[in-house]
Amino acid sequence: MNMQTEIRGIVRGGQTLKQHRDEIMAKTQRTGHYAGLTERALHKESPILYNKLFSRLRAGVVDARETAKKIAASPIVEQEGELCFTLYNAAGDAILTSTGIIIHVGTMGAAIKYMIENDWESNPGINDRDIFCNNDSLIGNVHPCDIHTIVPIFHEGSLIGWVGGVTHVIDTGAVGPGSMTTGQVQRFGDGYSVTCRKIGENDELKRDWLHESQRAVRTTRYWMLDERTRVAGCHMIRKLVEEVIAEEGIEAYWKFAYESVEHGRIGLQNRIKAMTIPGVYRQVGFVDVPYSHEDVRVPSDFAKVDTIMHTPSEMTIRPDGTWRLDFEGSSRWGWHTYNAHSVSFTSGIWVMMTQTLIPSEMINDGAAYGTEFRLPKGTWMNPDDRRVAFAYSWHFLVSSWTALWRGLSRSYFGRGYLEEVNAGNANTSNWLQGGGFNQYDEIHAVNSFECAANGVGASAIADGISHAAAIWNPEGDMGDMEIWELAEPLVYLGRQIKASSGGAGKYRGGCGFESLRMVWNAKDWTMFFMGNGHISSDWGLMGGYPAASGYRFAAHDTGLKEKIANGDPIPFGGDTDPEHPTYDALVNPAGIKRDKQAITTEEMFKDYDLYLNYMRGGPGFGDPLDRDPQAVATDVNGGYLLERFAETVYGVALSKGANGLFTADEAGTEALRAKIRKDRLAKAQPTREWMAKERERILAKDAGVHVQQMFAASFKLGPNWAKGFREFWDLPEDWQLMEADLPIPSYGREYSMDLSDLPDVKTVKFVEE
Amino acid sequence: MAYTKAKIKDLVDGKIDRDTLQTMLSTPKDADRFVKYLEILQEQVPWDDKIILPLGPKLYIVQRSSDKKWVVKSQAGHEFCDWRENWKLHAVMRVRETAEEMEELYPRLMAPSSDWQVIREYYCPLSGDLLDVEAPTPWYPVIHDFEPDIDAFYTEWLGLEIPERAA
Repeated sequence: MNMQTEIRGIVRGGQTLKQHRDEIMAKTQRTGHYAGLTERALHKESPILYNKLFSRLRAGVVDARETAKKIAASPIVEQEGELCFTLYNAAGDAILTSTGIIIHVGTMGAAIKYMIENDWESNPGINDRDIFCNNDSLIGNVHPCDIHTIVPIFHEGSLIGWVGGVTHVIDTGAVGPGSMTTGQVQRFGDGYSVTCRKIGENDELKRDWLHESQRAVRTTRYWMLDERTRVAGCHMIRKLVEEVIAEEGIEAYWKFAYESVEHGRIGLQNRIKAMTIPGVYRQVGFVDVPYSHEDVRVPSDFAKVDTIMHTPSEMTIRPDGTWRLDFEGSSRWGWHTYNAHSVSFTSGIWVMMTQTLIPSEMINDGAAYGTEFRLPKGTWMNPDDRRVAFAYSWHFLVSSWTALWRGLSRSYFGRGYLEEVNAGNANTSNWLQGGGFNQYDEIHAVNSFECAANGVGASAIADGISHAAAIWNPEGDMGDMEIWELAEPLVYLGRQIKASSGGAGKYRGGCGFESLRMVWNAKDWTMFFMGNGHISSDWGLMGGYPAASGYRFAAHDTGLKEKIANGDPIPFGGDTDPEHPTYDALVNPAGIKRDKQAITTEEMFKDYDLYLNYMRGGPGFGDPLDRDPQAVATDVNGGYLLERFAETVYGVALSKGANGLFTADEAGTEALRAKIRKDRLAKAQPTREWMAKERERILAKDAGVHVQQMFAASFKLGPNWAKGFREFWDLPEDWQLMEADLPIPSYGREYSMDLSDLPDVKTVKFVEE
Repeated sequence: MAYTKAKIKDLVDGKIDRDTLQTMLSTPKDADRFVKYLEILQEQVPWDDKIILPLGPKLYIVQRSSDKKWVVKSQAGHEFCDWRENWKLHAVMRVRETAEEMEELYPRLMAPSSDWQVIREYYCPLSGDLLDVEAPTPWYPVIHDFEPDIDAFYTEWLGLEIPERAA
């Protein structure tokens, strides 16, 4: 006889994890309030206790991050702060998070939800003092180098939540060395991939895990110390929760763990109403993927194509303060490492929003529940194929989000909240990466995080801050040269502001900076470039210009050994004006690579070779002719602007004083600006006249194949977007643009196979597709 | 928190002191900002039409005083179109699509490659003021970047009466 027995789950109260999450989701869906919390009882009845819980837990999570990062040896973690800790409730929804790379507020939650949906509870089992590891981008991680450590939190034998810690490790054993490599075109080349694996019990890491994982990567010591960083932080937070419960009671903690998420949802809605304007906002982002070049060496012929990644976005803010973000028209995933999971795309948006719309310490999953996302399945940020690579998903994440910031800034500007306006982000590159044997004669990999300090976009009241920040880690900086020289066999020959890298405007974008590195004491060494080159992904706003785009400079067989021995001049400082370079006459000209190919794969370098690491600037705001003329002179004096652009871009006549410094000539400037305005109109045409000519070019298919491929791919995945395109240009029915008709391969166009097609795998859907 | 009109004017003029700026950034927003902001802008424009919503430093949705129609209008006084239309379609513009044109703005190698990306500049036909810059690929439609729901904004969010609007 079959006996029906009641299954007792591990969650407090006796539910299984799956039953618990299902109930939370059902109540959320039914009521529109997280977990059905139409009323937040703890907050209402004991507001002081509620806020005390929040303050204490938040402070503890931040403290854990600050303490734990000192355990790491990797400068990425220790110098740049590329780590984050987040506290989750039993359903895997974030309650609150630390500072740092807070994109992971959602990604570790996605891993917990994957464990819940796939019944990790019965196999491999979830017990008090277990340790789990995850870096699987197919279930929500940003890229494989972000390694998650996840620890369940139990109280009196029942699970009451989770804590997750993440660090950006320097190498994951991908095809090439470095954490965000370019050489692979499929996930199998992305390196070590771990799916929510139980790696420890009773607070102790398993020996098989330690042995396997350390030999899966190049930088073993960093790997192991990063893991101890994450485990230590998680255990600090678990202890904090235990102490809080001991003092305030489990009932209060349990209520807080759910009410805080609803609090975050309501908070977002209120901020939207307090800061924006209802309506529809449209914007777009692009970035280049120039893979046909000889210095992009990938294993597959079908990946050797130039393409453009494209993400239009429509942001609808409704009168009730809810909003919807629709990304129809976005490009298909591609044979490169710039794809992203929907969770990293959406969770990452909160990194940006915490710097503008919700500058609150209450960062949790409430904001995600308060936002409707639509990411069509098959796009680069919601791929439908389990082969896609993710190693540098940030190549387009930043560039696609920067457009949203422009949209929001239109509403801030309209309302008069000018202090919140931001023309956008920099494309946070270049990434100096590579590896080989280092100065300590060890296998090594590098990823210089100097570009945690790019230029910031201009606001409506001031210039963007120069060499200051990166959208993905608001607290990062460029790091000390001395630390990088300890971490990398690369000597600094210069570090200076990158002149004219910030977009021009009434308020200019912040400038990036550049470092000239000479290889020293390296063996069997390679490096490569990673950044935007043909496209400036960061438009300006309301008359401001885009930031400058990227390029590369490298020099081989330089002859510097002999020059140094002889005391001859060698390159120092920055590549101040790449149109009139000064390095090139001081090294062997035959070894120079100076061009727009800003993405490459592993290239051999030896001692005395040079590598220029150029960090991008931010976009500008407003008409440059409205800029304070003296500010332009100050920019030239300070190395932020090349002298000739004072006149051509800003219409400022400069006078040079006896001290060698420039001042603005007011009368000359006034005349020059009047002339430029006149010239503008002389060279301009009515928009509709231009449209008629551009339409002819479209009819004749007069554009590069990479441009046509971009449109054809977007048409296929975004029928409404395609309809809008056809209507705008009034195209005849017989005008068709199909990828199949283009003279380049388009593998993946027709055939794909998603992770959800694998047996016994239940993926979690987070967005409308 | 509320700020004096003088402080808001400092903000508009790019001269706000750092302490006040820090307060503006770090505390809840002042609900009366919009009204003060419009008053300041109204005093700065050379025409009498009532500003309904600023779209940029030199671009506005206004109520035309002669017939109460809402139109998009520049600081210099050019009327582009009905407020619901995309004003850029009624502007004059220049497209930078050669290396030479790009290098008027950026040093060589730091300019976008014009077969990948172009720069489209939209001007006021009266003054030559640069009102917006787009930087898309060739063929890209002109973007209608903002369609505000002004009725809901005025009445539901700010509690203001909607200025008269002729059809």
